[in-house]
Formats: sequence, structure tokens, C-alpha cells
Amino acid sequence: MRYLLKRLGHGLLLLFGVSILSFLFTALAPGNYFDEMKLNPQISPDTVTALRARYDVDRPLVLRYGKWLDAVVHGDLGFSFAYDAPAAPLLWARAVNTLILTVASTLLAWLIALPLGIWSAERRGGAPDIAISSATAILLIIPDLLLALGFLLLAVRTGWFPTGGMASVGFAALSWTGKVRDIAAHLALPVTVLTLSTLPVLVRHVRAAISSVLGAGYLRAAQAHGVPRRTLLYRYALPAAANPLISLFGFSIGALLSGSLMVEVVMSWPGLGPLLLEAIQARDLYLVIGGVMLTAVFLAAGNFIADLLLYWADPRIRQP
Amino acid sequence: MKITNQNRRKVYAWLIVLVGLHLVIACAGFFAPYDPTLQNRERPYAPPMRVHWFDATGHIHARPFVYSQQLRAGSFDEYEEDKSSALPMSFFVSGSPYKLLGVIPLHTHLFGAGETQVFLLGSDGYGRDLFSRMLFGGQISLLAGLMAASLALCTGLLIGALAGFFGGWTDEILMRVAELFLALPWLYLLFAVRAFLPLSVSPLQAFLMVALLIGAVGWARPARLIRGVVLSAKERDYVPAARGFGASDFYLLRRHILPSTWSVILTQAALLIPQYVLAEVTLSFLGLGVPEPTPSWGNLLASLQQYSVLTSYWWMYLPGLAMVPFFLGYLALASALQTSAEGSKI
Repeated sequence: MRYLLKRLGHGLLLLFGVSILSFLFTALAPGNYFDEMKLNPQISPDTVTALRARYDVDRPLVLRYGKWLDAVVHGDLGFSFAYDAPAAPLLWARAVNTLILTVASTLLAWLIALPLGIWSAERRGGAPDIAISSATAILLIIPDLLLALGFLLLAVRTGWFPTGGMASVGFAALSWTGKVRDIAAHLALPVTVLTLSTLPVLVRHVRAAISSVLGAGYLRAAQAHGVPRRTLLYRYALPAAANPLISLFGFSIGALLSGSLMVEVVMSWPGLGPLLLEAIQARDLYLVIGGVMLTAVFLAAGNFIADLLLYWADPRIRQP
Repeated sequence: MKITNQNRRKVYAWLIVLVGLHLVIACAGFFAPYDPTLQNRERPYAPPMRVHWFDATGHIHARPFVYSQQLRAGSFDEYEEDKSSALPMSFFVSGSPYKLLGVIPLHTHLFGAGETQVFLLGSDGYGRDLFSRMLFGGQISLLAGLMAASLALCTGLLIGALAGFFGGWTDEILMRVAELFLALPWLYLLFAVRAFLPLSVSPLQAFLMVALLIGAVGWARPARLIRGVVLSAKERDYVPAARGFGASDFYLLRRHILPSTWSVILTQAALLIPQYVLAEVTLSFLGLGVPEPTPSWGNLLASLQQYSVLTSYWWMYLPGLAMVPFFLGYLALASALQTSAEGSKI
């Protein structure tokens, strides 16, 4: 229990650090949203002054931070200048879209990586291993930007997939099943790209973890007892090799909000990435901080989930 | 850290490949036929020209040639080869002046074809040669990656050595901060920092800013690794022995401890440089990095964000592929260095 509490404390400390860091960066920032507003002749100087006062832009940093922290505790992530709306609902709506994309691709990547990695470890040095290793090496050196653009180009030229966005024009008029099918069609490309870009690292880790236990005496004993190959690999070898994979899984969960930024922007998926990019370009302070915080929360949560799983899976961690 | 002969050979082989690739980019002025900002308003979005050896009648030519491109009648962005006018390619031709490696003024280019521009990879919307832009763009992207990586490694070395050598609360604080930087998704962190810097700056400023930014965000990982190496090196018997003879902290660090971090630094460099090149590419692609008209691998791809470019001008994608051989080289080098340093690892 103490172990878990300690890890939880660690995560909270991390979030605290991230928030301080983001506020510090805002203090270093030259100019803000209202400076650009001032240049707009259609907005009177009085309005700008009033808005500045309303959003506390001129108050000292520590005070603003304190106020923001107080608001966060009450579930309020501040206010978006550009959208003229609270930041939290804006971020949530986009985060859900991102999650639809990333949960699908993460699941798919793990479902493919586990058997591939195990197969490759089992046939170490054989033809399947060499084929899988070269394939992952090729995927590893192609940046996801190129992969995404390449698939987009393919989709445009063949017309097999809808390009960009999350729904077709007449989405609202579709029936329930039609809506699901429409989103699935739009999901196909980004999910493929994301899966392909996360796959090589996963496969390599699974392969390394499994091959580190394959030579162990208990596995050879089990084999000599006539335990079938599949049971041997999935029932005995996999749990023994699980620790690094559980940590990696935690990392996958942590990256659910942040890992797809590039793909979202390229494929114009209405997720958190494009919103954050817009917010940066508009200097929409609290929206940026909120977005960064939200991804940091996911990271901390992913790490904590990995700790929980490790605690559950490995008795050595339970006994200090 | 024992390095087997076979591994040593592998490391050197990949190093040579990488040096060769970088030399091509460094001498972009020579290999590129034109200035990267030279516009040809007569031929926007010209497709890649095919290099021929045989002409339409089946005759083989002594030197390769291209057919000049002409606008298809009634169209303003579709070209066709003019089979009647073959333009022989000549080599080591004199052209626009450039500075080799930034210092030697020259005007000899590897190839050209007289007055008509040869677009090996096609041209962009302003009629600029994509092949030249690809080579010159590599200079920006690779230099940004190299600078960012050396910055991150130097900072990481300093902080890691301090934390590992002095231990105690110095170590505690530095490593907490490092964890903070490690835990953040780096692209988001990069964005967050970028968000609060001025948006429109001159190309040189933008370039320096991007390199600094990436380096400043990335020091944490090398710092942690170097700290580990320093911690274990500190415990070797010869270190307390030297201290017993009256060696100062600085002497110990310089003479005994830092040399043992060398292989970690090399491996980290091979891993970090491609990552940081990609970071520059990403930032410039999104319009947060080096601005037009200065080419970089990132902003060369940026026009693909427009749907019309994506549908009609596929060759705008080609400059992006220049990254792939570099990343392959660095990945192979990193894995060769890793196996030589640790026996076997993924």
C-alpha cells in the first residue's frame, strides 16, 4: 500500500511541477492575446483595458497562478480568449475525439504486437524473425509525418477512403448505424497510420522481453513435460516476461492524448492536437495550459495504472 | 565496454555512410542545379522531368537528356513533354554563385541543361526547383538537429555529471526536474514553449530559436543516463585512490569520470539527432519553425496541407523522402553502438 501511495504522490507532484512550468513559460512570453487585439482598429482601447482587467492579465504571476489553481480544484481550467468560452468543455469535446482515435489504434497495435513479438522471439534468428525485424526497422525509420502524408496521398489518388475530418457532410441526417459506419470509415486512415507508427517499438519490446525468459529452466522443464507450444508461450513465458511490458502498456495509456498530435493535424481529425495548435497561434493562454495539463494528467494516470498493474502482477513489489 | 571487431567495423561503415550523406547536403550548392529561392513564374507546379538515354526514334544518346516541358493547350498547370526538343544535360556547368560549405565562393554546379531549368523532382507553386530546395532544406534541418543535439548533450552532460558526482540534495533536485521534463510529452512541451515565443521572426532567428528550443527541452534523458554512468564510475577503486593522493573534484571528473561517459554520449547522439531533425521538421511543417522562403524539410512538406496540392501535385511529397536515408543511417549506427556497448540489446 505504501508503495502505491508513494507512486500516487509522485504523480501529483509531477502535475504540480508541470503547471508551475507552464505558468513560468507564460511569464517569459513577450506579448499576449490582447496585444494583438490592441492593433485591431475595430476594437476600442477601452474594451481591451476592460478585458485585460477581467482576465487578470496584468496581475502578478503568483496571484494568477493561485487563482488558476483554485479554479482547477473546482473543475475549471480557465477561460479561452479566442473562443470566449470556458476552456474545460472545449478541451473535453476534443479530447473525446482524440481518445476515439487513439484507443482504437493502441488496442490494435497491442493486439498485433503481442503475437508478432512472441512469434519473432520464438523463432529467434529464423526467417520469421528476420522478416519481422526488417519490417519493424523500416517502419521505425519512416517518420509518422511522412507516413500520414503518404497514406493521405494514397487515399486522395485512389478515393478508397474519405480524406480528413471525422464525419461526412451529411452526418447529422444519417441513421445510428450509418453514423457509426461513417466515423469508422473516417477512422480507417488515421488509425492505420498511428498503429503502424507505434507498432515497431512494441514488437521490439515484446520480442526482447520474451526472448529474455525463453531460455529459462522452468520453460524447458515444461516443454519436456509435453506442454503444448501455445500454452508454453502464452501461459508460462508471457507472464514471466510481463513486467517491462506492463510498464510499456502504462506508457501507451499515458500517450493516449499526446501521441497522435501530428496525425491529427495532418489528417485534420478534430482532436486535441489541432485545437492546441490553433490556441498557440492565437496565444490563447489558458487553452494551451489546459491542453498541456490534460495530457500531463493522462501521462501521470498511465504511469499510475502501470504501477497498479505491476503491484497486482508481481508479488515481489508487494513485499518491501 | 568491450567492442568486438565485427561491431567496430559496423560502426565505422555506418559512420562513413552518414558522413557521405551529410557531405552531399553540406555541399548542396554544388549538387543543386539552381538557387533554392530562384522562381520560375513560367512553370509553376511542373512535374518531375524524366531523364532519358533513348529518344523517340530509339537512338541512344551519348549523354542523358531531358525533353523540355510545355503547357498543355488550354490548361494552366498541366505539362507535357515536347518530344521535338531534346535538351542534353551537361555536367560541371557554370551557374548561379553559391558558397561551398558557407565559405568558398563558387559557381560550378554538378549538372544543368542550358537555359531551360531541369526539374528533377518537379517545381513548386512559385516554379522553384524542388530538388535544389530539398538539398538546401537539408542544411537547415540537419544543422538544427545537430545543434539541438549537441546543446542537449552538453546540458545533459553537465547536469548528469553534477548530479552523479556530488549526490545528495543536488542530485535529488536535479533528477526531480529531469523527471518532470521526461514525463511531459515532448512535442506538447515544445509547443507550449513555442507558444510563448514571438510568432513571426526572421529565418535566422527562427532557426536558432528552434535549435535552442529543442535542445533546451531534451536535456533530461541524456542527463539521467550520464548520471548513472558517473555514479558507477565514481565507485571504481581508482577514483577514491586518486582522491587519497589529493586530486581535486575537477581533476577527478575530467581525468577519470567523464571519459567513461563517452560511449553513452555517442549512442545518445546517434539516437537524438534524428529525433531532433524530426522535431525541426514538425515545427516547420506546422508553421512554427523556419519560415518561407528559406527551405527546410519541414516547410517543403507544408504545402501538402492544402487539399488541392495533395490531389494534383503528388511530387511535392518527394522532398520528404530525403529524411529516410539519414534516419536509416542514424538508427543503424545507434544499434551498432548499443550492441557494442552492452553485448546485446534490442
